[in-house]
Amino acid sequence: MQASDFKSDQYVRFCPGCGDHAICMALQKAMAQIGIPTHEVAVVSGIGCSSRMPHYLNTYGFNTIHGRGGAIATGVKTSHPELTVWQMSGDGDCLAIGGNHFIHEIRRNVDLNVCMFNNRIYGLTKGQYSPTSPKGFVSKSSPFGTVERPFVPAQLVLGAGGTFFARTLDVDMPTTVDCLVAAQQHKGCSIVECLVNCVIFNNGTHAWIADREQRAEHSIILKHGEKMIFGANNDKGLAVEIDPVTFVPKMIVVPADDPRVLVHDATQPDPTLHRLLGLMGQDRIVSVNAEPDNDLPIALGVIRNVEAETYDQAVNGQIADIREKAKVKTFDELTSTLESWQM
Amino acid sequence: MQLTGNMFAQLGAELGHEISTLPDFPAEIRAPQGTLGGVSGFQVELGSGVYTPGDKADVIVAMNAAALKVCTLGSHFNHPQAHFDEEFSLYHRHAIVIVDTDSLTDKDLEKAQYHTDNPFTELGIPESVQIVPVTLTTLTKEALKESGMDNKSILKCRNMFALGLIYWLFDEPMEKAIHLLEEKFKKKPALIAPNTKVMVDGYNYGQNLALSINQIRLEGQPSEAHGTYTSIAGNKATAWGLIAAAEKAGKHLFLGSYPITPATDILHELAARKDMNVMAIQAEDEIAGVCTAIGAAFAGDLACTTTSGPGLSLKSEAIGLAVMAELPLVIVDVQRGGPSTGLPTKTEQTDLLQALYGRNGECPAVVLAASSSANCFDFAYEACKIALENMTPVILLTDTYLANGTALWRVPKMAELPEIHPQTVPEELKGHFNPALRDERGVRYWAYPGMEGYEHRNIGLERDAERGTISTNPENHEVMVRARQAKIAQIANSIPDLKVIEPKAKSQEPKSHELLLVGWGSTEGHLHAAADELHCDLVQFNYICPLPRNTHEVLSQYKRIIVCELNTGQFAAYLRSQFPDLPIEQYNEIQGQPFAVERIVKYASK
Repeated sequence: MQASDFKSDQYVRFCPGCGDHAICMALQKAMAQIGIPTHEVAVVSGIGCSSRMPHYLNTYGFNTIHGRGGAIATGVKTSHPELTVWQMSGDGDCLAIGGNHFIHEIRRNVDLNVCMFNNRIYGLTKGQYSPTSPKGFVSKSSPFGTVERPFVPAQLVLGAGGTFFARTLDVDMPTTVDCLVAAQQHKGCSIVECLVNCVIFNNGTHAWIADREQRAEHSIILKHGEKMIFGANNDKGLAVEIDPVTFVPKMIVVPADDPRVLVHDATQPDPTLHRLLGLMGQDRIVSVNAEPDNDLPIALGVIRNVEAETYDQAVNGQIADIREKAKVKTFDELTSTLESWQM
Repeated sequence: MQLTGNMFAQLGAELGHEISTLPDFPAEIRAPQGTLGGVSGFQVELGSGVYTPGDKADVIVAMNAAALKVCTLGSHFNHPQAHFDEEFSLYHRHAIVIVDTDSLTDKDLEKAQYHTDNPFTELGIPESVQIVPVTLTTLTKEALKESGMDNKSILKCRNMFALGLIYWLFDEPMEKAIHLLEEKFKKKPALIAPNTKVMVDGYNYGQNLALSINQIRLEGQPSEAHGTYTSIAGNKATAWGLIAAAEKAGKHLFLGSYPITPATDILHELAARKDMNVMAIQAEDEIAGVCTAIGAAFAGDLACTTTSGPGLSLKSEAIGLAVMAELPLVIVDVQRGGPSTGLPTKTEQTDLLQALYGRNGECPAVVLAASSSANCFDFAYEACKIALENMTPVILLTDTYLANGTALWRVPKMAELPEIHPQTVPEELKGHFNPALRDERGVRYWAYPGMEGYEHRNIGLERDAERGTISTNPENHEVMVRARQAKIAQIANSIPDLKVIEPKAKSQEPKSHELLLVGWGSTEGHLHAAADELHCDLVQFNYICPLPRNTHEVLSQYKRIIVCELNTGQFAAYLRSQFPDLPIEQYNEIQGQPFAVERIVKYASK
């Protein structure tokens, strides 16, 4: 199949220069690469810029209400596990108004592919801070700077028992397509945090890694089974150091040829290392004034990818098991089990 | 007490009596026993021509001092100087009151806030009331002294002694009673023998000691049609109505729900029915309950959500989405006392306006109301039929009274239930389908994921009336608002006409011909009884939006129309808004309890 098979006839109305354009194209490419026919794919979204995405994909689509995409997608997938279900959401839709559905779809491990577009701002309502805006962030609803701590999505996903977490960047098309394809291949709730730029209200929010000159030094693309190497000259590696007093593990940057350089294992069930990887570089974004004491890169690619039973399988499996043994399968058989009498 | 009451009602029903029950219990799961707040009651009416659980009891069984006080003083039990007053008491002045005198110790009296050591005098129970003191606890212990059971287990059998005594009082055959008890304790066989022993001893106690009271003989046979009967609670009937509709429609039944009193039993029933291929999921909140259902509807299922008033409030926005996306969806609201958390275990009809109007925008949905515990089945079925055939959310209103109460139900066969033809999509739209396309009734076509060639995008945003895509065009918005309203309005073409229920005996007095009682939903039984007493006509609405087509024609024949509701006049206000020319009067009670027939009669006789 071709990416064009997944293009709808709708004019794409994201702002010129918005990172969502790139993700839209990546989705069409990834869906073509996956090769599931358009009528077997359902794309559900809530409200926000990113939630317009279903309109641009030639599949079944449902652009719903603010924050509820996760619950609606759960209903689609659980009732019809044969469908491939995507959820399009943003940092506000997913982590604020839809926070409850988000953590529960992860906890239940519903087999959904969730693209969480993180631009750290409310775009469609014209520029208010979001749950991922750094502390101190000045916006229309925080004219003197926010006073609240942001969520780090990776930490939230892993805390909720997430089985799949990937992070990608709007300007890195190959990594985005890879992450989306991996998300679809993973059976379970796959969260892909797409770092996107809001050219109007939060321009340059990811500049630290989005700028081409800085990207190689400031980010690492994790690949399962490969050494954690990064840098413009591929001269840096990542290792773990354990504090001898507190036993707290932390990531450190070492030379690429250091024997301590880690090999990425996305399938490790224990989430400790995945959390450390997900948190790298995040101290730069938790506060506008942050000056991190390390030079850790931001991790991109598939950070966690473990197998576990999915909710939709479990629900349908239980029904199938019971039906196999059931003596009662129709309404007339059901009523015949009643304590009844003739009059 | 709930079990005892249920068993008595069920035996009555099996013996061919009509029944109506009203369980009444505190909101707390283990409310402190022996205190006034902890009294759990069960009211049963049986015989023929039974429409309600009755106003004033003929027989009361008070298991302790607190129950005696609550039954005697009714809603005035908390008034410090209150005495028996027939207006408030739960029994009449010629009633039989059976009391466990072992539970009237000083400690019991203190717990129930008596000030003297003679509860009967203190409560001012008139001499016309026949008090039957029974040492229930002692007699139960006596009956089981050789059973080897511990004291605590023995005391749990106390209710069965009372039940046996009641069976004797109503002259019910013991054989059938024993059979029923065996059925009830089928899963706990060890309890069958001791409970049977205590029940039979209770029966014999009445017989042998020749209590100085007369046995009561129930008269008449049910007037219903021949067939298979059972007794059923409203919530179970609702659940089964949904199951039957799914089978008839050939649709997979999906329930997204969140526990809430008094609706939870529907979730329980459907969660247990995996054998019937029901998918019932307990969502993370009320909103997810309705949203998972909307997801299932989008994917082609018969989708439902069940809740009570506070949950309906939380679901409002999502119901609006289903209105806008024009998806079939059944929302069951088992009404309870409100607002806010209100009276979770009590009954009320206060969600009507919320069901009709409680959403943003011009947001019409179908509203139905069941009017007996048994016809919760019919209207749950009808709600599914309307939703699937008309691509609309349908809100079914029941309430605590219907949900927990039981009634005689004639068990239908699948073949006799009305056909359901879910909306489909014509083959010729393949390749150029969009979600705005409608049939000649104005109902949009239904295509869902998995159907090749009908891929489309559905939305909660306004859509173009022709292309189905997002539209902010002003004229288009008005066209769409009216199209959604017209779709609901045309449903009136396929619902039955409003029927006038005539009283048993029409009075010759011309005045009674001019009077019409009007009700909706669960008050049918009480209003029927009141209309019989008043010799006037009654109309009871089950279809609220849209209203039956002949509504104005029927109502306009009467000079005095009294709309009776358990709220401050929501249906009356709705009718006035629809028919400003009609002289609509209203009678309302808002006490968390079903109507008292005598109060309606008193008001209407003015």
